[in-house]
Amino acid sequence: MQLLLAIHGAVATGLLWAVVTIGIFTTYRILDFADLTVEGSITTGAAVAATLIYNGADPFVATLVACFAGMAAGLMTGLLHTKLKIPALLSGILSMIALYSINIRIMGNRANVTLLRLDTVYTVFENLGLSNRNAVIVVGLITVILVIAVLYWFFGTELGSAIRATGNNPRMIRAQGVNTNTMIIIGLVISNGLVALAGALIAQDYGYAEIQMGVGSIVIGLASVIIGEVLFGTKNFMRNLISLVLGAVFYRVIIAIVLFIGLPPTDLKLFTAVSVAIALSLPVFGDYLKTLKKSLREGA
Amino acid sequence: MLEVKNISKTFNVGTVNEKLALDGVDLKLNENDFVTVIGGNGAGKSTLLNCIAGVYPVDSGSIYIDSTDVTKLPEHKRARLLGRVFQDPMMGTAANMGIEENLALAYRRGEKRGLRWYITSQERELFRRELKTLGLGLEDRMTTKVGLLSGGQRQALTLLMATLKKPRLLLLDEHTAALDPKTAQKVLELSNQLIEEHQITTMMITHNMRDAIRYGNRLIMMYEGKILLDISGEEKKKLTIDYLLGQFEKASGSDLASDRMLLS
Ligand SMILES: Nc1ncnc2c1ncn2[C@@H]1O[C@H](COP(=O)(O)OP(=O)(O)O)[C@@H](O)[C@H]1O
Ligand SMILES: [Mg+2]
Repeated sequence: MQLLLAIHGAVATGLLWAVVTIGIFTTYRILDFADLTVEGSITTGAAVAATLIYNGADPFVATLVACFAGMAAGLMTGLLHTKLKIPALLSGILSMIALYSINIRIMGNRANVTLLRLDTVYTVFENLGLSNRNAVIVVGLITVILVIAVLYWFFGTELGSAIRATGNNPRMIRAQGVNTNTMIIIGLVISNGLVALAGALIAQDYGYAEIQMGVGSIVIGLASVIIGEVLFGTKNFMRNLISLVLGAVFYRVIIAIVLFIGLPPTDLKLFTAVSVAIALSLPVFGDYLKTLKKSLREGA
Repeated sequence: MLEVKNISKTFNVGTVNEKLALDGVDLKLNENDFVTVIGGNGAGKSTLLNCIAGVYPVDSGSIYIDSTDVTKLPEHKRARLLGRVFQDPMMGTAANMGIEENLALAYRRGEKRGLRWYITSQERELFRRELKTLGLGLEDRMTTKVGLLSGGQRQALTLLMATLKKPRLLLLDEHTAALDPKTAQKVLELSNQLIEEHQITTMMITHNMRDAIRYGNRLIMMYEGKILLDISGEEKKKLTIDYLLGQFEKASGSDLASDRMLLS
């Protein structure tokens, strides 16, 4: 029963983190850009939403503004990379560091903002009679479905397909007349907008925004991307998007289970890092297995 | 239609690797010229094409296409006027995307890309017809990822992409060099056919002198960043490999035996 409750909560959290995962996928997989801005922009989203709500703003408006703030963060990284020619990884790190100070300023020179007893986007659904966890699940599901629908459409447009080509072969698409710098910026803006949107939803779920909440999010996101792709496949774009959501939920469920079994919470980050390392090296093992099978077959 | 005026390009300025790749090149192409470009390894052939395409800015001199100064125009803005095929078959296509997706990307070369769907049903039909003319059966595999195609198929597709929307100038950089001899001949024949059929002004780099003589109406030979020889018309038709080798030796003062240009 305890475990079921934990899993129920994990599904709710996982759905919110699915939005982070989709954001990370946009840069990491589609643009082939390892963007560390995420660690800061998730907190930016949380900080903006929490501060606005704390000051009496409508939670939905606050969430939307948080999303725009994340887009601005993505724009910052994009400009650092394309205009100032700073390498991708370093551009993200610079933004992440800068956002730490900016996020504290957003929260009024504090390290956290609490939302205790304030209305959030979940309150509307709780008022309809849903439990708190179920309200989060409903909001999470609606958000994830909307995000997937919009991204599926967007990456099928002329612009979206030029962005995908930019991640795939920038020289080729430049030869087709596309400004790859612009495509990279658009991708980063979308990605960090999604991440900050998720940050806003996560803060409202936790009941507070906190300066450290983004720490490790890139690794959690990558873990979810890889778990999703390995377990649920990447046959086509729609399937790939859905696999991200399943991956994010699955990751949270695993965490809930290992915590239930008795892993100390402070070991969680180590656990995550190890699982990502294993997941990232799966292709190596896969190749090894293929070669092994082949040589066995040929030997026979 | 293309005018290259006294362009120079040095790589790695101020380092031990400083290299003068183009040394005051002048070149004027007429409408419908099909120029083959030969020269030893490192002669500056690729650099010339890359400078025309805007991949590298030139250090001095200017480049005009249809009497418009494009010298300062970035690569993606010149793309509207240019079709390009590279030596590496991986270079010209997006491997993770489908055949029709690649064609749709190329069909919009130099045009604004907005929020319309990436392909229309008429375009799909057009692409199917065009693919059929390649005779490779690709018209039945329109959604296949390009990464699954062979090098020859990819180069044929890249050629089609470069000419689908007729370019003012087609730049081919040893685009058959990475293919096996039989496939190379096929792709070369296809290139020639497309160029003649659509009357496209073309520059084609090749390391194969026989091909350089057989195709096109004009031949230029480069050496150490300069154009050494520029032969066209009747004179070109009478060219022989021996004559070209002789010219090269005269300029370089070296025995050609060690040079890659000797190939075939
Ligand atoms: N991007 C580059 N950076 C540095 N040096 C280069 C670059 N491109 C070409 N070069 C140098 O310029 C010279 C001419 O090269 P290239 O134009 O590729 O010759 P070709 O195509 O005739 O074989 C060579 O010495 C080459 O090493
Ligand atoms: Mg070359």
